[in-house]
Amino acid sequence: MRNLNTNIVLETRKFSCHIEGKPILREVSLQIRRGEYISIVGPNGAGKTTLLRAFDRMLVGEISGELDICGMPWQDWKQSDLAKLAALVPQADSRVIPFTVEQFLLMCRYPYMNPFASVNPNDRKVVHEAMVGTGTTPFARRRLDTLSSGERQKVYIAAALAQGAHIWLLDEPTTFLDYHHQDDILSLVALANKEFDVTVVAVTHDLNRAALESDRIIALREGELAFYGTPDLIMKPDVLKRIYGTAMLLVDHPRSGMPMIVPRMTPEQDKELAKWRAKARDKMK
Amino acid sequence: MASQGPRQDEIAPGWTIGTLFGLAVLSVAWAPFWGMESIPFGALWDKTDDSVAAYILWNLRIPRVLMAFLAGAGLAASGMVFQAMFRNPLATPFTLGVSSGASLGAAVAIQLGLNFAVWGVSSVAISAFVGAMTAIILVYALTTTSRQGSSTATMLLAGVAVSFFFSSLILFLQYMSDFTRSYQMLRWVMGGMQNIVGFQDVINVLVFVVAGCLIVWYLLMDLNLLTTGEDFAFTRGVNVGQAKTMLFFSVSMMVGAVVAVCGPIGFVGLMAPHICRLLIGADHRRLFPAAMLFGGTMLVVCDTIARLLLAPTELPVGILTALIGGPFFLWLLLTRRRDMGTI
Repeated sequence: MRNLNTNIVLETRKFSCHIEGKPILREVSLQIRRGEYISIVGPNGAGKTTLLRAFDRMLVGEISGELDICGMPWQDWKQSDLAKLAALVPQADSRVIPFTVEQFLLMCRYPYMNPFASVNPNDRKVVHEAMVGTGTTPFARRRLDTLSSGERQKVYIAAALAQGAHIWLLDEPTTFLDYHHQDDILSLVALANKEFDVTVVAVTHDLNRAALESDRIIALREGELAFYGTPDLIMKPDVLKRIYGTAMLLVDHPRSGMPMIVPRMTPEQDKELAKWRAKARDKMK
Repeated sequence: MASQGPRQDEIAPGWTIGTLFGLAVLSVAWAPFWGMESIPFGALWDKTDDSVAAYILWNLRIPRVLMAFLAGAGLAASGMVFQAMFRNPLATPFTLGVSSGASLGAAVAIQLGLNFAVWGVSSVAISAFVGAMTAIILVYALTTTSRQGSSTATMLLAGVAVSFFFSSLILFLQYMSDFTRSYQMLRWVMGGMQNIVGFQDVINVLVFVVAGCLIVWYLLMDLNLLTTGEDFAFTRGVNVGQAKTMLFFSVSMMVGAVVAVCGPIGFVGLMAPHICRLLIGADHRRLFPAAMLFGGTMLVVCDTIARLLLAPTELPVGILTALIGGPFFLWLLLTRRRDMGTI
């Protein structure tokens, strides 16, 4: 395949997207390097998912500006070549998929298969490895729509693995998952990133996780690139206030030292606490 | 509720397809000898020109049975493709306006009294084919120019709208025409294989069905992925727009050709793929041959029953399939559980 050895895998220059005249992305210019772990954050409706899907060429509305995928303009890619390179990992939604996990993963070998040939042993081997790697072997023969969200999200990740993609585009991979499954999914992604040099781009609302996992963070606000840099530079009250328009309380992480957002108290709770403290002081006297 | 373990893979698909194939061969071999006039097997080899039995067999019965099989198989394949593309078991070429388009075309030809033939294809059939393609192009254009983009919901709605519009035009034509023509139109709309004489029609339809099926065959893996959702198919490397266009038009050609000759025969395209999906699962590489065999056999059997039931007159087979199909449609609607899938 062409251009795989370029260092910059995704690049936009003044990339804009309008849907029915309404701007969704405004002149976004950025570069993502090979093997980076990037998180896209920002308030609701800031254009995060639109940007993520654009990286897989799922473009909607009127597009202007440029987008290069592995050094080649997005228009020039053949769909099946792009699939060998990039995979979108959607949210574990409740869509009906009438296939077993194994059938589904074999379908992910689509870009390598001939329409008239049957599945070859190599495809089976790759799918088997993807299942072992993601811990999805126990439910290989169950239908996808009978799995829990956590299990299904693992299968979606196994799909990106089976597809042999070097760029994983994750759309809120942990949003609906419990803590245990969140850890599972994020360690799978981190492993792929470290061990197989997979470039990860993940849309998320969980800034704390993003700050701990990512090499760099992209923040969008009203379709504009509001911040692009390392986590320690975004986890500051003034920067966060500028992006989200709300004040944040930050506390250093006990292990890594990275500032983490903790929930603020309501003004009423604050007053209660002040009263309680005053009382305690009186008693001391 | 949740189906544990390998439910669909348990039934060996090879056996199911083998059984369906056996039934298909059996029905096609037996059906020609059934009818008002019972025909001895010897008529097959009877080369004498004045043998009535041989004439009926070679010019009426065998072409008719082959046509029924071809039409059933083509309609089942078309239904399968549309159900997968729209991720909806109720989406068939008929719900998308093809049959009303074809009927309108036929009605116009009958009303205008057109009477010519090109390569043995009657003016009514040509006009019906043009009508079917018009309906399809209209639905397609409405969907792609819609501001919401070519969503499947838009396409279904456009199909239903076009279908109703054409149906009312047919009623209008019927109201305006004299009694004979009105009856002719009505008879055409009921659908049936009663006009098949000789092999010309069979060959004409065969060309379209084979061409359409080759395209569908080439895109079976794309169909599998489209069943999981268009975004999934896209990110797995399917050229979604191109695949959808190719499927849409190949299916429409198949249905257009079948409907032009046999009239609208509803519900085969709805029932056959759905029953087969319950039998051997949703993998289109198995479902495709199964649905075609099942649909073909089903229409051969229905047509034979339609010939025998009210003998010496015959029941239009479209009425029979609709009589079976209506309750099936309702059953589908009422028993569709989540774990069975929308498709």
